[in-house]
Amino acid sequence: MLDELIDGTLAAETRAQLEEHMHGCEHCEVTLNTTRKTIEIYRSHEVYELPASIRDRLHAAIMARCKNGC
Amino acid sequence: MDSIQSTAEIEQHPDVALVHSARSGDVQAFETLVRKYDRQIFRIAQHITQNREDAQDVVQDAFLKAYEKLDQFQGNSKFYTWLVRIAVNESLMRLRKRRTGKMVSIDEDVVTEEGSVPRDLADWSPNPEQNYSQTELAEILRKTIQGLPLGFRVVFQLRDVEGMSTEETAETLGLSVPAVKSRLLRARLQLRERLSRYFRKKKAGER
Repeated sequence: MLDELIDGTLAAETRAQLEEHMHGCEHCEVTLNTTRKTIEIYRSHEVYELPASIRDRLHAAIMARCKNGC
Repeated sequence: MDSIQSTAEIEQHPDVALVHSARSGDVQAFETLVRKYDRQIFRIAQHITQNREDAQDVVQDAFLKAYEKLDQFQGNSKFYTWLVRIAVNESLMRLRKRRTGKMVSIDEDVVTEEGSVPRDLADWSPNPEQNYSQTELAEILRKTIQGLPLGFRVVFQLRDVEGMSTEETAETLGLSVPAVKSRLLRARLQLRERLSRYFRKKKAGER
């Protein structure tokens, strides 16, 4: 149910029950918070960046081929 | 009712007009689509191939293939989802070429208990990423996700990072919705467990 809690897809009643449980359960609270943080960190940091020079080169190559009908 | 609504939503998506223009020979319109999605395609290709040159080739090949096949784009899925599907297939082909003889499949289910029972229960320091430089952090994130099985890291990337829905991720990867959900949960938990090594609150006396 952890993923549904993270994604916010749980029915309100189940969600409320779980949240009540979590207040008293450090284990669950830590797991939920750090899993949320994991997703947030991966969302907000570029793991693989495409350098501008390579990007320009790829664009030029793609567009040249498209203009020639591929 | 749902299907009527979603068709209307797709029709309003700005990509649809660009695809129409590109189909009728407007190369600039296609260039706009390339500029819009090339970074995402590169990231996804890197996650699959784990090779910079292959990922660059995939960007080029995926867009060229999409351009060639624009007529086949039905408009019943988003252009982006359709493009990602092409890129995933191109990436898998490259990976298979490099790893001849080794099995390469997103569909391969990996039985692993790792992460499902959290071992490292220490809470993380507040804003743990601030303890590292941008370069160090990028390296930690790269190393951590690279250690995951292929099917886990691709599902995590598409669903949690690129923001595709569970259904779109399933359609793109040719997986069932339950398979996507199960891989996503295991990917999240494994990443969390592995990142704990770097981000957990230090006990007194620890460096």
